[in-house]
Amino acid sequence: MGGAAKRRGRKQLAALGQGLLFASPWVLGFLAFTAYPMVASLYYSLTSYDVLRPPRFIGLENFRFMLFSDSLFRIVLGNTVWFVVVGVPSGLVIAFLLANLLNTDMKARPVFRTIFYLPAILPAVASAEVWRWVYNPRYGLINSVLKSWGLATIPWLSSPALAKPSLVIIHCWAQGTAIVIFLAALQDVPRTLYDAAVVDGANGWNRFWHVTVPMCTPSILFVAITGLIGMFQYFTLGWLLTQGGPNNATEFYSMYLYRNAFRYFKMGYASALAWGLFVIVVSCTIALMRSSARWVYYGGEAL
Amino acid sequence: MAQVLARELRVGRRAAHTRAYLIRRIISRTALYVFVTLMSLVFAAPLLWMLSTSLKDDPQVYRVPPIWIPHPIRPANYVEIFTRRPMGMYFLNTLRYALPTAAGVLISCSLVAYSFARLRWPGRDALFFLCLATMMIPYQVTMIPLYITFKTLGWINTYLPLVVPAFFGNAYYIFLLRQFFATIPEELSDAARVDGCSEGRILLRIILPLSKPALAVVGLFQFMGAWNDYLGPLIYLSREDMFPLALGLQSLRASFQEKLVWPYMMAASTMMILPVIIIFFLAQRSFIEGITVTGLKG
Repeated sequence: MGGAAKRRGRKQLAALGQGLLFASPWVLGFLAFTAYPMVASLYYSLTSYDVLRPPRFIGLENFRFMLFSDSLFRIVLGNTVWFVVVGVPSGLVIAFLLANLLNTDMKARPVFRTIFYLPAILPAVASAEVWRWVYNPRYGLINSVLKSWGLATIPWLSSPALAKPSLVIIHCWAQGTAIVIFLAALQDVPRTLYDAAVVDGANGWNRFWHVTVPMCTPSILFVAITGLIGMFQYFTLGWLLTQGGPNNATEFYSMYLYRNAFRYFKMGYASALAWGLFVIVVSCTIALMRSSARWVYYGGEAL
Repeated sequence: MAQVLARELRVGRRAAHTRAYLIRRIISRTALYVFVTLMSLVFAAPLLWMLSTSLKDDPQVYRVPPIWIPHPIRPANYVEIFTRRPMGMYFLNTLRYALPTAAGVLISCSLVAYSFARLRWPGRDALFFLCLATMMIPYQVTMIPLYITFKTLGWINTYLPLVVPAFFGNAYYIFLLRQFFATIPEELSDAARVDGCSEGRILLRIILPLSKPALAVVGLFQFMGAWNDYLGPLIYLSREDMFPLALGLQSLRASFQEKLVWPYMMAASTMMILPVIIIFFLAQRSFIEGITVTGLKG
């Protein structure tokens, strides 16, 4: 054990110091804006806390109430699961089909790409206003067209049965990010694979299903995971368009959480809800990643 | 080999049935164009409808069947909203926090991404993994303690809760910049190190100038994210004179009778959307590249 080891140790220490120095904004940010709030949130979830008076420790009461007594929570969870299970796959399928359309060698491709992409980057507040008007029961775009054709109008957001599907339609409309990710993946599928499939006598559908889809599974996984995480946090459009109604049909997890925290000032219960959401999101993400071994194809480079 | 064979096969077939092939091709091309055009009309319809409504007078707004091209055109709707609510102030307020947050993430995320991409230090990869993992944490989990902290600091009804966190990095942008920095040849840094350049100088003089497209993406994404944000302002801003557009739009809606509100709301929405569309057209390329970098090519 001589100077060499010591010198190497000192060098390592200097490298660590410098690395941490450059990374310090994130390290400090992580401690202040992620780690501390998570611990604090866990503590608050064990208390009754209305901001005005100091938090009062009540053990697991919030979680007991959430799981066994809060009948509204059950509805909210059901709505959210419905929304994730229907919304994420529909958005994904639409995005994948549009990306495939855009991947053909047609003219004016940039124009179409822009049209399909744009809705994704618009302010949610403005999108909400636009769709509120499109869905307007009497004079909205869809219903006034239906009326002029002598057809029955559709109650869209004001019907408990149609409110959620109406929001899914808006979600499918704003799939630009997924479309761009899929387009990039499609452009990376080697031509030789299609040629080989043609030699083997594969028709268009077979080429799509046995070449295109498997080659795109890594990006499908990526879009599914980000979509899932985003969908569990769905807030702005629902909050602005339906306020959770009609009859709680669109009261989603984040909206219920926000309501408890900032309308009823039940910070303790809202924190318990937040941890519930965290556990659900992490387990779903892990489950999806685990399942990926069976359906995601990572062999692209080997060809 | 397979490629050549397939081409032969296709050429062969084409020669044998030239006419049939041509007709089939024309039909399938036409079908493709008709379908894509229909789809893009469906996708563009809500926005065209918004623009059209924003320029209509009342009788035209409530006409069945709907009219697409207003006649007469009524641009006065755009003027009217400014007299109802201080739309100009909402606009400036939005800039007052959107621009600083963009500066914040650019400064903090370049430093952190440089550390993760170009410096070698023990524990780096573990921390980078932790950084990526934080992307899974829903905003709602940290929202309540942060609100309480900022309230204790007296930051409610200031832009600080929206701006300050931006100066402490953002996992998504750090990832994006790290991926970009990692593609810059190491030789460039090594040469500078031999010349006695410090890491800070290397970042400032070599890496950042070469990363302009990635930096543009990060700055624009963050600016638009702040411009589009609703939940943040909703939690932290309750004073009307601090309202950004996201909250101002609701305030504008409340100033009209529900029945007559549509052309004005569509005018306000068009105004709020316009900067986003302009930015998109100016930076279309970087946008698309930015998204695909974060895709799976890392």
